[in-house]
Amino acid sequence: MLRFLLGRVAVLIPTFLGVSLIAFSFIRLLPGDPVMLMTGQHEMSPERHAQVMHDLGYDRPFVVQYVDYLGHILTGDFGNSIVTKRPVLQEFLTLFPATLELSLCAIVFAVVLGVPAGVVAGVKRGSIVDQTAMGVALIGYSMPIFWWGLLLIILFSGMLAWTPVSGRISLLYFFPTVTGFMLIDSLLSGEPGAFQSAVSHLILPTIVLGTIPLAVIARQTRSAMLEVLSEDYVRTARAKGLSPFRVVGLHALRNALIPVVTTIGLQVGVLMAGAILTETIFSWPGVGKWMVDSVFRRDYPVIQSGLLIIAAIIMFVNLGVDLLYGLINPRIRHH
Amino acid sequence: MADIAATNHVAESARIARRAMLAEFWHYFSENRGALIGLIFFVLLVLTAIFAPLVAPHSPTATYTNAKLVPPSWAAGGRSEFLLGTDAIGRDILSRLIFGSRLSLFVGIVVVAVALSSGIIIGLIAGYFRGWVDIAIMRLMDIILAFPSLLLALVLVAVLGPGLTNAMIAIALVYQPHFVRLTRASVLSEKTKDYVVLARVAGAGPGRLMVKTILPNCLAPLIVQATLSFSTAILDASALGFLGMGAQPPTPEWGTMLAEAREFILRAWWVVTFPGLAILVTVLAINLVGDGLRDALDPKLKRS
Repeated sequence: MLRFLLGRVAVLIPTFLGVSLIAFSFIRLLPGDPVMLMTGQHEMSPERHAQVMHDLGYDRPFVVQYVDYLGHILTGDFGNSIVTKRPVLQEFLTLFPATLELSLCAIVFAVVLGVPAGVVAGVKRGSIVDQTAMGVALIGYSMPIFWWGLLLIILFSGMLAWTPVSGRISLLYFFPTVTGFMLIDSLLSGEPGAFQSAVSHLILPTIVLGTIPLAVIARQTRSAMLEVLSEDYVRTARAKGLSPFRVVGLHALRNALIPVVTTIGLQVGVLMAGAILTETIFSWPGVGKWMVDSVFRRDYPVIQSGLLIIAAIIMFVNLGVDLLYGLINPRIRHH
Repeated sequence: MADIAATNHVAESARIARRAMLAEFWHYFSENRGALIGLIFFVLLVLTAIFAPLVAPHSPTATYTNAKLVPPSWAAGGRSEFLLGTDAIGRDILSRLIFGSRLSLFVGIVVVAVALSSGIIIGLIAGYFRGWVDIAIMRLMDIILAFPSLLLALVLVAVLGPGLTNAMIAIALVYQPHFVRLTRASVLSEKTKDYVVLARVAGAGPGRLMVKTILPNCLAPLIVQATLSFSTAILDASALGFLGMGAQPPTPEWGTMLAEAREFILRAWWVVTFPGLAILVTVLAINLVGDGLRDALDPKLKRS
């Protein structure tokens, strides 16, 4: 197991360096003048241009700049935002809980609905339940989620007036941030109605962000279930006279869930991409919206380091999934 | 004479074999009702796109100042000349959707063509030569795959400048590692098979081995992946358009149309509903075809 772990980490380090190099290269290697990109000013005297160039350190060789950047990263300094002047890492850490809370709710939503739907569809293969579930899953998989969000707003916020349109909680409530998770903080605050407000703000974004993972998980669970149900040990269990419920629940499901766990882990990337759109639609103050806003403000230090931090998080989660997979499926470790 | 006859005979039997393969493929594909429906819709969409100027009742950019935010013709206040209603500056939504189909199909074709061709070339090189070339290529692909695709595409477009062309370049770049990995994996599994060894013994050079001997036998997974990438490319391009980084107004791109419609969502449901529906139905049709292709091409899943 240790060798397996070390092998995976050994691959991770060059990948991380490559990721940082790509994130770093964007504004320096692609066409366009970095000073103009950074400052947004198009008219500038040559002297001023050279001065800014020097201040930003862009007059040094590329390699020197990159090594310098890496050195700062190792000490936890990801640079400062041009717009807010605050450290990028600090901004990220204040916004990340919002994205994490939303993503966790979305993945729970997807798993709670997707796994049972996939199991039933697999067990009742070809039935009307199977066809409906897989039809809905394919629609979910094909869904432009930014449009899906707008539709839900029209229906639930506009016509029915059940849910709020944007934000994480009603502006009526104000309490200190403890964990950064609105659901927990609102409960801790003890203010009546705060928790309900947080929940009602969370419902639509959760559905929107969870739709594609839900579809993927349902499809994956079904095909894993079909594969397992044709195995010999399932036939043996049936032949022994075990009830169908025990056959599916005890023998089949356990093994079918192994690939499903991987699928769930791999949704992190999907969730991050989805968060960009979901947070934009619902004005959710998380890192997805932060990245989009930074792109529009041309806040390059934020784009560069934000990209790096997000990619690093995804890499670590994928590593965790790999390790978990090795734990629950010993065959993999020994390859 | 005998030589020519023999060559003709070989060519003839190859043609018959190919026809039999196609027939078998069509047999499995056409059994899948969803795939057929998807294919029919897709063909209709292609025809609509080609003949857009003939099909569309209005110009996609013509503004009717006396007809702003007219509801669809069946709704109260609707007008028969604007079947799906008009947008905030009085443009016919149906006509814009019809012309928008050209852009979406164009995006899908360009992205898949670029990602597929470059992915195949790089994947063949990695899988055939192995060694440090392979390691370097695959590390680079891992690095690209470490980023969430839409985020990477968004940042790329932000640096290159917003617009449909740059959006297509960015999306193609982000998708290409999938094709590299698939090609490399199939090359690795095919390379040691007898027919490749035979061809090499017969004197075939690396170029011929890669392209004529190995590649045709790796095509099935690539075709399936190409179909799926076609639909995700349409989704991602419209997402970039929605974020304001793809096609720019007044281009009738579906995602851009949605972005322009956002502020009217609580007043005029139709300006939001139809462009999104167009994206959903198109992507759904292509995914149905993709599922059908996968089942028909994957011998493991074939019901024998």
